[in-house]
Amino acid sequence: MVTGHGRLERAVRLWLPVGFFLVLALFPFYWMAITSIKPNAELYNRNVMPLVVHAPTLKHYVDLLTKTNFLVWTWNTMLIAIVATAISLVMGAMLAYPLARMRFAGAGLIAMTVAAIYLVPQPLLFIPLADVINRLDLGNTLTSVILTYPTMLVPFCAWLLLGYFKTVPKELEEAARIDGASRVQTVLQVFLPLCMPGFISAGIFAFTLSQNEFLYALIFLTKTTVRTVPVGVIAELIRGDVFYWGQLMAGALLGSIPVALIYSFFVEYYVAGLAGSVKG
Amino acid sequence: MAVVSNRLPAVGRAAHRRVPLRVLLDRESVFSWLMMAVPLLFLAALVGYPFVYGMLLSLQDRPVAQPGRFVGLRNFAIDFRDPIFWRVAVNTFIYTGVATVLKMVGGLCLAVAMNQHFRMKNLVRALLLLPFIVPTVLSTVAWMWMLDPAFSVVNRLLVALGWPKPGPSWLGDPILAMISIIIINTWRGLPFYGITLLAGLQTVPAELYEAATIDGAGGWQRFRFVTLPLLRPIILIVTLFSVIFTFADFQLVYVLTHGGPQNATNLFATYAFDIAMGAGQLGLGASIALAMLPALATLIVALTIYMRRS
Repeated sequence: MVTGHGRLERAVRLWLPVGFFLVLALFPFYWMAITSIKPNAELYNRNVMPLVVHAPTLKHYVDLLTKTNFLVWTWNTMLIAIVATAISLVMGAMLAYPLARMRFAGAGLIAMTVAAIYLVPQPLLFIPLADVINRLDLGNTLTSVILTYPTMLVPFCAWLLLGYFKTVPKELEEAARIDGASRVQTVLQVFLPLCMPGFISAGIFAFTLSQNEFLYALIFLTKTTVRTVPVGVIAELIRGDVFYWGQLMAGALLGSIPVALIYSFFVEYYVAGLAGSVKG
Repeated sequence: MAVVSNRLPAVGRAAHRRVPLRVLLDRESVFSWLMMAVPLLFLAALVGYPFVYGMLLSLQDRPVAQPGRFVGLRNFAIDFRDPIFWRVAVNTFIYTGVATVLKMVGGLCLAVAMNQHFRMKNLVRALLLLPFIVPTVLSTVAWMWMLDPAFSVVNRLLVALGWPKPGPSWLGDPILAMISIIIINTWRGLPFYGITLLAGLQTVPAELYEAATIDGAGGWQRFRFVTLPLLRPIILIVTLFSVIFTFADFQLVYVLTHGGPQNATNLFATYAFDIAMGAGQLGLGASIALAMLPALATLIVALTIYMRRS
């Protein structure tokens, strides 16, 4: 069946557009990677062909890890992302379960409120929040961002979990109730174990959102020992008008790896979450 | 019989006086509100309160680390007489409008191209989503280097293709800087459109296409009369979503241009940041951030209602 004509048509209809999007999506990462292993002599020489590396070096990585606080920033970023994600999953489930399963006055209103909060972008809140954090004396503590990230993650997790919870059949819970289990037992021992895929989706999403957050971290964290990777890279690797491009690209690449790794393990859950995040 | 009927009311009364927790929790409303209490209080304290407090701040003259003074609507009056404020408003609308159209059209093309059977499709899909999951600040730094005035790889490619040296000054020219932030925002957001629309496309039953083909519809007609109408709800939701977050974008512009050159790429969020955090005018900054509210509130209410209905 695959004739020369068919193959040509397939190349034009499939690989031409897909290849175009792939090159577009991946070139900046390729550029990041090869810049990070080029020696400075090569980086700032306009007579060398730039698309390949002629004399690879790990100097930028060594400098990044020994002369800056990059490892501290990475640790902070991971710690913040994990704790904020855990808090958000628990609180999100506490909101989503009643909304998905119970009948009570005001359920509609609460669901609307959660959806609306989920859509409130940070720039609307950062100025008053900065003042609140100041008054609580939380400036330059990891607590400041661990407390504020869930303001965007809780409604998000609640919304995603709500969608997932509704797809889990009620019969098992009803059977457990008839057998004499209390509501709390039913939730903890029967319902939640059925919802692991929903929690993984919401968790991966919340984790990537935490890693991506910049505005609150920029405002609340101004000491180098408490900074996150994005803030540290912007604030300390760009000194005045001097750009350390090799180190910057090494930092950008290393900073992207945790998210990319976790994402690659759970890509199906991520895509499911992506579809769920825009579904009512 | 008499004994039993005498005892029953007593039991009833005792139950009224002290209902065991387990029985109370069996009531759906009690259980629900108890469970939701913690997250709702949390959101009230860290979203509800700051939101109202931000409105109060916008009515105050409030330099950082000093007590505020109520000035009514003066901050908004200052904004409306500030030419930079209007520049910022126009920038924000252009940025949001153009980037949204590009992402929507590009995302639709990506979804249609990906909606074919081929080997390693899942791998390709995972790679295409990378721009969306990598932290924005980090990928923006890579773009900044790609558009560097002296060593831009984009310009070196353009010059190699015959463009006059030294190539366009991407971040130095007001119009090119706006084009740059739009391109990078599109680069990052397009996979979000593409993959969510692809998920939508995969739910379109194949029979519909077969029926349309039998009725004599060509490729374009199948797209126009089968695919588009069925995708309309998801296109609408994805677009509203992305409009909200593009309208309030901060990171990309802050990192790439800081709003420059000469405010050519300054958006509401970056300008509010400059005034509140740079100049230390919390009240005035809050008023600039709140200027986003009418547009955002309209979008949020529309999307919330739509999501609840579907």
